[in-house]
Amino acid sequence: MTPANKKRVLREMLFARRFEERCYEAYVERKIGGFLHLYPGQEACAQGVMEAARPGHDYVITGYRDHIHAIKCGADPKAVMAELYGKETGSSKGRGGSMHIFDVEHHFMGGYALVGGPFPLAAGIAKGLKMKGSDAISICFLGDAANNQGTFHESLNMAKVWNLPVLYVCENNLYGIGTRIDRSTAVVDQYKRVCGYDIPAAQVDGQDVEVVYQAAKTAVDHVRSGKGPYFLELMTYRYRGHSMSDSNAYRAKDEERMWGKRDPIIILRDRLVDAGEISLDDYKAMDTEILHQIESEIIKFAEESPEPSVDELEKYVLADNDPYVRGGVR
Amino acid sequence: MAVMMYWEALQRAQDEEMTRDPLVIVMGEDVGVAGGTYKATKGLYDKYGAERVIDTPISENGFTGLAIGASFIGVRPVIEIMSVNFAWLAMDQIFNSAAKVRYMSGGQLTAPVVIRSPGGTAHQLGAQHSARMEKVFMGIAGLRVVTPSTPKQAYGMLKAAIRCNDPVFINEHELMYNMKGEVPDGDYFHPLEGSEVARPGRDVTLFGYNISVHWCLEAAEFLATHHGIDCEVVDLFTLSPLDRAGIKASVSKTHRAVIAEEAEAPVGVGSEVIAIINEECFFELDAAPLRVSAKNVPIPYNHKLEKAAIPSAKDVVHAVLKMFGK
Ligand SMILES: Cc1ncc(C[n+]2csc(CCOP(=O)(O)OP(=O)(O)O)c2C)c(N)n1
Ligand SMILES: [Mg+2]
Repeated sequence: MTPANKKRVLREMLFARRFEERCYEAYVERKIGGFLHLYPGQEACAQGVMEAARPGHDYVITGYRDHIHAIKCGADPKAVMAELYGKETGSSKGRGGSMHIFDVEHHFMGGYALVGGPFPLAAGIAKGLKMKGSDAISICFLGDAANNQGTFHESLNMAKVWNLPVLYVCENNLYGIGTRIDRSTAVVDQYKRVCGYDIPAAQVDGQDVEVVYQAAKTAVDHVRSGKGPYFLELMTYRYRGHSMSDSNAYRAKDEERMWGKRDPIIILRDRLVDAGEISLDDYKAMDTEILHQIESEIIKFAEESPEPSVDELEKYVLADNDPYVRGGVR
Repeated sequence: MAVMMYWEALQRAQDEEMTRDPLVIVMGEDVGVAGGTYKATKGLYDKYGAERVIDTPISENGFTGLAIGASFIGVRPVIEIMSVNFAWLAMDQIFNSAAKVRYMSGGQLTAPVVIRSPGGTAHQLGAQHSARMEKVFMGIAGLRVVTPSTPKQAYGMLKAAIRCNDPVFINEHELMYNMKGEVPDGDYFHPLEGSEVARPGRDVTLFGYNISVHWCLEAAEFLATHHGIDCEVVDLFTLSPLDRAGIKASVSKTHRAVIAEEAEAPVGVGSEVIAIINEECFFELDAAPLRVSAKNVPIPYNHKLEKAAIPSAKDVVHAVLKMFGK
């Protein structure tokens, strides 16, 4: 990564952190409802992988912790926030909510709430890309606990058998809600589980965005060059509860402190400061500017946008006036 | 018009659509090299190759989800699920992904997949191969459910379903693949909404779908010949959405209704049709509507028990006679 890129990456990760923290506040203010799963602590994962991929060109799909992945693909943060507010201007017109952000124009194929649901969908997108002769790849981000679903194994098997251009990224934050990985999962290192499908796999530090980027470059190149699927495991940690309804009482304080010291944003910031690329004052100015942007543009937009009309409650269930529904001879 | 079997009609529809559009693919267990459990994909593997006629692993939820994902970017997959009893394993992807993605993406994404699967009681296949699931599928917003009763419908509905932009579940029947009938020669698209009067009549409407249409037609013949009762038979080829207007029109004419279904009565097609009659034309009724349906049991293996568990034309006749106090 060039110094200029590193500065941009730092800014984008800090933006992701502040965006999510602002969601937290809006939730407490009851502006956002439902389930809300936040990303702080894991920023280097989506960031590093998407630095190595082609955002807006490659297809990305993920679970319910999806705001930042959408934004990394090119979704407008205003539309994402408006979606959380349930507004008509939201990315899914207020019909989806936090767990169902979509931006198909930027090839962000959605957030899905069923743990493990996106595994086969990602393989299918890869199948379509292969049929069309596209050089885009399919990237699926999911958590560690999702790997205990049958869809994980079914999808890896099919992806390998059919040599599909799909990259599975496992953001291993060591927990599925309140259950620590070793209490639910026979083999704790997730990359090892993939060898049963003869798919190349790697495990790297998910807190250092440059490490993620390097590993993701290898992974993306492998998939894009037609060699088939790849599995990348990123060791990470979430700094908040699983969702807003999580008391977060199940984790040892020592463990939280240890990971707290490995904050992906601070790691990169300190590296840039040490290298003389930025000063701490630059960083503070960047932060102030981001906070201002979130307040004056993003929150303002979400607050001021209209809600969907109840008259359109039944829109989007099925296609409008699909000619083949009427039948006939052609 | 050519006379062909139900499976041949399905095969022809897929063959024509695959020739027309290189993004139409067929997926399922044994659909390729083996030619399909019921021959509906016979010859397609040789013609279109392994990339488009895909023998899947036995991973119903996985390959259904894969097809749905492919459909997001323009592929038109036709999935064959070997028996509808196995579709339970794919319910997550059908229910949570295919049916909901248009809505929860605010209209950005759609999953134009076709899922074909036979359900129903064949010959002593036992409890885990004899059930039906249409009652489950028809309750899912965002999914179309059709069920062809003839080769013509099978052909025309499959072609329309492949081209339609919504996910469509096609409910077939193990006992019907060898049924013969006329199929139009050119491109023919059967509607995916509505119902058909399969036999006009004055005295009572017999509602059926898929195999039970044929029980109703048989019963109508018998009742006309032996009891002078003139039955109208309405073929509910669409289970979702059910044809309110068609149900209302027929009941408003005959003032009586019997609904025949191979499935158990609770939460079924019959209950829905009766609810629609109540909502649309209750005061047209001269008698309380009746349901002819399976016993509420897992389908037994023993031949006699199996026969006793599911209805037939005779049961339709009895229901009509009971309604007329005979
Ligand atoms: C099929 C299904 N089962 C259970 C849940 C409830 N649930 C939501 S998230 C979650 C934990 C998933 O953990 P992981 O895959 O590691 O992702 P993380 O939240 O840690 O990012 C569970 C059990 C669900 N949404 N879907
Ligand atoms: Mg986890």
